[in-house]
Amino acid sequence: MPFGQLLIEGLAMGACYGLFGLAVVIIYKTSEVVNFAAGDMAMFSTFVSFHVLTVYGAPFWVSFLAALAFAALLGVFIEFFFLRPAKNPSLLGLIVITIGTQLLLAGVASWKWGAEQQAFSIPFSYQVTYEIMPGFVISQWAIAVFIIAALIMAFLYFFFKHTKLGTAMRATQQNKHAAKIMGIKTNRVFAFAWAFSSVIGVTAAVLLSARTILDPQFMMEPFLRAFAAAVLGGLMSIPGVLIGGGIMGLIENFFGYAWPTWKPITAFVVIVLVLCIRPAGLFGKHYVKKV
Amino acid sequence: MLKVNNIETWYDLIRALHGISFEINQGDVVALLGSNGAGKTTVLKTIMRLFYDAKTEQPEKGTIEFLGTPIQRRDTSAIVKMGIGYVPEGREVFPELNVLENLLMGAYTRNDKDGIQADLENVFRHFPILRERTKQQAGLMSGGEQQMLAIGRALMSRPKLLMLDEPSLGLSPLLTHEIFQIIKNINEQDGVTIFLVEQNVNMALKYAHFAYLLENGRIVRADTPAVLREDEDIKEFYLGIAREQSVKGYKRYRRKVRFR
Repeated sequence: MPFGQLLIEGLAMGACYGLFGLAVVIIYKTSEVVNFAAGDMAMFSTFVSFHVLTVYGAPFWVSFLAALAFAALLGVFIEFFFLRPAKNPSLLGLIVITIGTQLLLAGVASWKWGAEQQAFSIPFSYQVTYEIMPGFVISQWAIAVFIIAALIMAFLYFFFKHTKLGTAMRATQQNKHAAKIMGIKTNRVFAFAWAFSSVIGVTAAVLLSARTILDPQFMMEPFLRAFAAAVLGGLMSIPGVLIGGGIMGLIENFFGYAWPTWKPITAFVVIVLVLCIRPAGLFGKHYVKKV
Repeated sequence: MLKVNNIETWYDLIRALHGISFEINQGDVVALLGSNGAGKTTVLKTIMRLFYDAKTEQPEKGTIEFLGTPIQRRDTSAIVKMGIGYVPEGREVFPELNVLENLLMGAYTRNDKDGIQADLENVFRHFPILRERTKQQAGLMSGGEQQMLAIGRALMSRPKLLMLDEPSLGLSPLLTHEIFQIIKNINEQDGVTIFLVEQNVNMALKYAHFAYLLENGRIVRADTPAVLREDEDIKEFYLGIAREQSVKGYKRYRRKVRFR
């Protein structure tokens, strides 16, 4: 049994799920809205990258940067035009708005680029592999995933812990009313959170697209897994999501190897079990307000 | 310094403030007194423009002037920048940020690093306990410490006018005394004008230079504490000093309220 390869593959997939889960968590952390449009926002931005790559024949890096810029704009756009106008919204209302947004994006994407599968290749090949030690084979793609995940993780840690805007984002989540009193423009904080989440989402989606095919539905399943990883990690904690993602990836890969027919559901079964024991997720803690 | 002129604030179809006017002079400690539901907090929220999710802009009528500029319907962040600090009712610290982060959030609208550092030292001078707790999560502190943190956080924006909403809420008499003493120090040493909203009339009258009494959304008295202390109604209803019984031997419950 190729233990080493399964391990590395599982971790790489897990890092992708975790990265994508971060996109969900960042929005949840600032506004407590679960963004069900995250998958299709990332899908849409990946298609923009694909469009720039094939139609304009630009190099991959240019198309990737274009996708990042587009993703940021898309995030701000959705926050500004779809969520902000909602007057006295309930949390559930906002979540339904994100589901509507998801359907809208899926529809527009299949109208523009067609529902068929597209060939989209990124410079990190899944085929090029290196054997780092006997039994442990790592692909170029996995290396890229690990490096990018680590960089984003480090950046986020620094951002939320040591910058004024990051602290303001945490403050807004904890007490929006008090944040307003401090002079924090909470609307801008939300818009920024959406842009930020969208950018991280498209990074994960481009990495994932190398493993699957590119069509308007390709982010559906990764989104569900990433969301599950985020819930497993507690929906609030950034390291929690990455660990949740890692657990997802590993379980899926090992059980999938042993019982291939059960691969798609094993991870979810484990998550249901974990949440039965710890409903707040592995790293979740909800602060109880003092009266 | 702050001049509120005939403001009316509505909660949908209910008028909470029926045209209120008052003035706060530079350097004073001014108290706004009243019982539950009189509209004290509404006054402060109207000044800070915190009715951001109300259906219509508040106040519906009237003007608020700060240092000669009208501030009604300006953005909250602009009002904070102009120099009004607000300590909300019930403290409202950020529970999962530590003390230092909470204080720095108070200085969110400022960019002068040296000034922020100096003000941080100033806050620690007023509240030495906060210096010991800089790394502690604010939500895990006691009520009194949270109140100190909330006041310190408001001071971090270097306000010219500090508005405090019930600083004595939920604190022991001893701690209330301490907090009021610190508020007095802030007023005298830092030259910050204080607008104090209180239910604890006895305490507030001890420290205020001038006081307004709010009842059912109207200001019914405006005078110096010395005069208000001798007021029969205030003695009976707010200070708990019983009035003499009438000749027939029963207490009168109705009283005349003079609206201004």
